[in-house]
Amino acid sequence: MNIKTQDTADTLVIAGKSYRSRLLTGTGKYKDLDETRSATLAAGAEIVTAAIRRVNLGQDPNAPNLLDALPPGEFTLLPNTAGCYNAVDAVRTCRLARELLDGHQLVKLEVLGDERTLFPDVVETLKAAEQLVADGFEVMVYTSDDPILAKKLEQIGCVAVMPLAAPIGSGLGIQNKYNLLEIIENAKVPIIVDAGVGTASDAAIAMELGCDGVLMNTAIAGAKDPVLMAHAMKLAIEAGRAAFRAGRIPRKRFASASSPIDGTIG
Amino acid sequence: MQITLNGHPHDCGDNLTLTQLLHEAGYAGRRVAVEVNQEIVPRSQHGAYALRQGDQVEIVHAIGGG
Repeated sequence: MNIKTQDTADTLVIAGKSYRSRLLTGTGKYKDLDETRSATLAAGAEIVTAAIRRVNLGQDPNAPNLLDALPPGEFTLLPNTAGCYNAVDAVRTCRLARELLDGHQLVKLEVLGDERTLFPDVVETLKAAEQLVADGFEVMVYTSDDPILAKKLEQIGCVAVMPLAAPIGSGLGIQNKYNLLEIIENAKVPIIVDAGVGTASDAAIAMELGCDGVLMNTAIAGAKDPVLMAHAMKLAIEAGRAAFRAGRIPRKRFASASSPIDGTIG
Repeated sequence: MQITLNGHPHDCGDNLTLTQLLHEAGYAGRRVAVEVNQEIVPRSQHGAYALRQGDQVEIVHAIGGG
């Protein structure tokens, strides 16, 4: 088929760079680096997150590391600030990431509020976003599903706004469709659902709502067969995106016959 | 002299450079980023950067995360 199903122009553009895949994946919680790479390839992800942590002194420094499995030449690395609970630590982590990745500017900002919910601390998130943008970073920001805050983060200069669908790692799926819709309809930057997806249908729903992409980790890495789930998520993202672009029929309370009424016998 | 390396006390020679420290730790030429007293020290300056008593050094790398 050469119709719009193969539309190569339907790309995700973040900070001026185009991506074919709308599925962004995390790299945590996998059994090993082989599984990380296999699942990432099965997902078709081009943007992959990474955490910045102290090296384990005393362990073999030549053991394979994440960047050997997912080389920056093959993937767009998205270093995150996971584990940061204030703006100062988040900004520091981004600067370390930039040095680590040779001047790389694209970062995922997340400033967490508490360990139980892992909800974002939006006050600290705003502070960190302002500093990072001023410092030349391209900030993709994890936030709550609050439309007002999403707009403020866009106005600060974040290159993508990433509201949660449900708490990180919860697998609860899209909890507040109408907030997400409001965020999407008002946005001038990509809106990417980050966190909360449990299975393929959740990803499809996010895309059908009009999200520009979905970022997930646990839903894939925590599945019994992560590589197969990565494949399922790839299909769901593509299906959801196509359905959004195709334009769904309105919901109606009553039936509407699919076959013509004229020319029936009898 | 003593520095703090990744949160732990670490004994090292006086005026050790960052390049020498990385070499001793096994991270020479590896993809890491280094911070001293909460300021990034760019890779290009590791050779000239002499550590001082009490410096707080962080050596970080990228690992799996979401």
